Amino acid sequence: MSSSRLGPVLSVAVLVSLLAACGGSSTSSSKPLAGKKVEVAAVWVKDEQKNFEAVLKAFSDKTGATATFTSTGDAIGTVLGSRLASNNPPDVAVLPQPGLLHDLAVKGSLKELDSATADIVSQNYAPVWKDLGTVNGKFYGVWYKASNKSTVWYNVSAFKNAGVSAPKSLTDLSQVFSTLSASGVKPVSVGGADGWTLTDWFENAYLNLAGRDNYVKLTTHTIKWTDQTVKDTLKALAQVLQDKYVYGGLSGALQTDFPTSVSNIAGNPPKAAIVYEGDFVEGVLKDTAHLTPVTDFNFFPFPGTTGPSTSVMGGGDVAVRLTDNAAGAELVKYLASPEAFQIWGAKGGITSANKKVDVSIYPDPLAKATASALANAQAFVFDMSDQAPAAFGATKGSGEWADLQAWLRNPNNIDAACAQLEKDAAAAYGS
Amino acid sequence: MSTIVPAVAPPVVEEERPILKGRAPAPRWNRVAIGFLAPAAIFVGIFIVYPVIATIIRSFFNRTGETFVGVDNYFKVFTDSRTLHAIQNNIIWLLVFPVAVTGFGVMFAVLLERVPYRLVVRTILFTPMAVSLLASGVIWRIMYQQSPETGAMNAVIASVANAITHPGHYQGARPSQPDLMQPAGDGYQMSQTVAPGDVVHMGFIGFPVSEIPANAQDAKDPSSQSGRIVGVVWRDFIPGGGGQVGQVEPGKKGLPDMTVQLVDSKGSVAAQTQSDTAGDFSFASTSTGPYHVVLPAQNFHPPFGGVQWLGSSLVTPAIILAAIWVWVGFATVTIGAGLATISRDLLEAARVDGATELQVFRRVTVPLLSPLLIVVFITLVINVLKIFDLVYTIAPGSVIPDANVIALQLYLVAFTGLGDFGIGSAIAVFLFLLVIPVMAANIRRFQGEG
Repeated sequence: MSSSRLGPVLSVAVLVSLLAACGGSSTSSSKPLAGKKVEVAAVWVKDEQKNFEAVLKAFSDKTGATATFTSTGDAIGTVLGSRLASNNPPDVAVLPQPGLLHDLAVKGSLKELDSATADIVSQNYAPVWKDLGTVNGKFYGVWYKASNKSTVWYNVSAFKNAGVSAPKSLTDLSQVFSTLSASGVKPVSVGGADGWTLTDWFENAYLNLAGRDNYVKLTTHTIKWTDQTVKDTLKALAQVLQDKYVYGGLSGALQTDFPTSVSNIAGNPPKAAIVYEGDFVEGVLKDTAHLTPVTDFNFFPFPGTTGPSTSVMGGGDVAVRLTDNAAGAELVKYLASPEAFQIWGAKGGITSANKKVDVSIYPDPLAKATASALANAQAFVFDMSDQAPAAFGATKGSGEWADLQAWLRNPNNIDAACAQLEKDAAAAYGS
Repeated sequence: MSTIVPAVAPPVVEEERPILKGRAPAPRWNRVAIGFLAPAAIFVGIFIVYPVIATIIRSFFNRTGETFVGVDNYFKVFTDSRTLHAIQNNIIWLLVFPVAVTGFGVMFAVLLERVPYRLVVRTILFTPMAVSLLASGVIWRIMYQQSPETGAMNAVIASVANAITHPGHYQGARPSQPDLMQPAGDGYQMSQTVAPGDVVHMGFIGFPVSEIPANAQDAKDPSSQSGRIVGVVWRDFIPGGGGQVGQVEPGKKGLPDMTVQLVDSKGSVAAQTQSDTAGDFSFASTSTGPYHVVLPAQNFHPPFGGVQWLGSSLVTPAIILAAIWVWVGFATVTIGAGLATISRDLLEAARVDGATELQVFRRVTVPLLSPLLIVVFITLVINVLKIFDLVYTIAPGSVIPDANVIALQLYLVAFTGLGDFGIGSAIAVFLFLLVIPVMAANIRRFQGEG
């Protein structure tokens, strides 16, 4: 009797435990996106592609979704445009410019990000980054990658030889140039054959001289290029970039492309002591010129007008959604987390604006320093020329590039330069 | 080229005319003919006719392609200073390039008739045609670099220039106290005149320590000597900084082997000496002066810095030269093939009649070659109108406005920056219209001869 009464109890117990086991196994895997697919498009190739694929792999392991990467090369705008036209966009794209984010958002090609993602971004990033991902009040993009373009690089032995240390203000910088010149080295090399190096010089100086508010206004062309602040900035730059201080003179600088301007500070003795450009210069000096960070070369933040600057100008890559695929939404949210960054960050060659990223993951001391300057900047502005219509801010041989090159030929002819800049800006902005 | 060779052979021309006449009755459009023509016709339709029509239509619409703007794009093309400059450059190309290449082609072809191994030489001349224009452009851009260290053109000039004018010991040196010294030609002199018993201090900065000879010692301040003018030239900068400008101090090297001159009031050199390893120099003076102490230019001559081939003034000639290098092989080989078909008898007959070689060339060879020369010339004209690759690769970004040509401007407008396909299409149509008369002339020639 007892056994017969126990039977059903046992069988129920077995059944329950079996069910529990089943349930247990399905919850412990916690892969809600298992079997889902998500396609990501970005400009990255070679090593960068490999590093980002490692990030996607971690995402797949975590969520069960299969993430595939499509490299668009430099022509991401064209690729996305044609894929949107054929109704087959990738689920997620990582865009290299805020201008592209703005264009796609206005066209209605982007999907708004959910509030959970917005909350994570608010917690992990300075407010400026959320603003930069927002168009017309709607939040579209997570800045996965960022770069610091307020870094001035110098040859340590040239500085030692001249007995100078990193300048803090523009006045200091003039003094350092004068002493470097006396010591027998050209103070600075400028890659003026590439117009974008000149726009970056201008933007840093303008940010410090005219302030963030004016910078934003000039970026949207709400103040004109003939404004006094622009003239003052060009005047201050003309004081620094004098013919006698620039390697090869000003006409030589206009023949020097960016890679050459960097290698000019790498020799022993170097041809020039200083080169200004973004944090990617470190990679060039380390990998191509085989110099050791800190002992052979170092950087200082672009000097402020009167003292150290806490403003940073830079760039970045923003992740956006182009389809309603839920796995895409999950991926963009994942890219806002520090863990998604650290996989690539530890391999080097990338910086994040994410405050939660531990700077100790960066592989060398200079990368740590540029990254923490970026995350702790009191004001961050995006590269102005990257935000301008490309006809003005990103075209070889025309617009701002050509106008600043013309200015560098004759730096004291400021009124003419400003007039030409304003003319081209007005045409490109259509205002 | 296969179409060109028969065109120059007069006997062939005579024989082909009847065939052309035989073809004159209206062709019968049977199904077989249509069937055979269809693939080519479809191909031409899709890849040539349709794009041409689409481009013409597109040129009347705005950037986004949504709004019809009439001839607005054409108006913009012909009022934009950059495009006008590009057109101006194309005219320069048009005037120089086809003539130069045809001229060199004739010259090489005629000369090659007279050398052994002409096939080898001809092949070498033709090789640049086999290299991609992009690669040629990159090679020439490197050849044209301003620094003689990297640019082959300037390296050649530098080896000659530096042999004629020896670079001085102290290149780029300048006085540490500009108020005490003034430029004298490309050298320097003390602003104040001196007399026997005076001590002269000439400090210099702005040159690397590597320019100082290894045997240099720390500079020492000479003391005044009666009847003599003494002085010191030194590097007024302590490596690592410190010290005071204008002071002869420990750590500051003297400048040996500096040529120092004593110039009298009439401007003639009264005495000349070299500084010693501590930078000291001394003159025994017979007269009371006053003298100028001069460091002549030979001390400071910079080495040859290089011609700025890719600067705004020389860039177009430089690129044209590169293009001539690329195309001259084509002209040589084509004209050479034409020369081979000219009957030797005609040349011999002229020579027998007492014509000089120059007369034979001008009165016999050139007239017989002229149909071919025109074909070569027209080919070059078409190529020069659409020149793009070499300009794009050779010109640095900063001189693109100076080197610009129509096809490059088309690319810049349509495919970079704002990506204005409207204006880009308008430029393309303009370029197309420029090529049409040349093509028409070419086709008429073929028909007339075929």
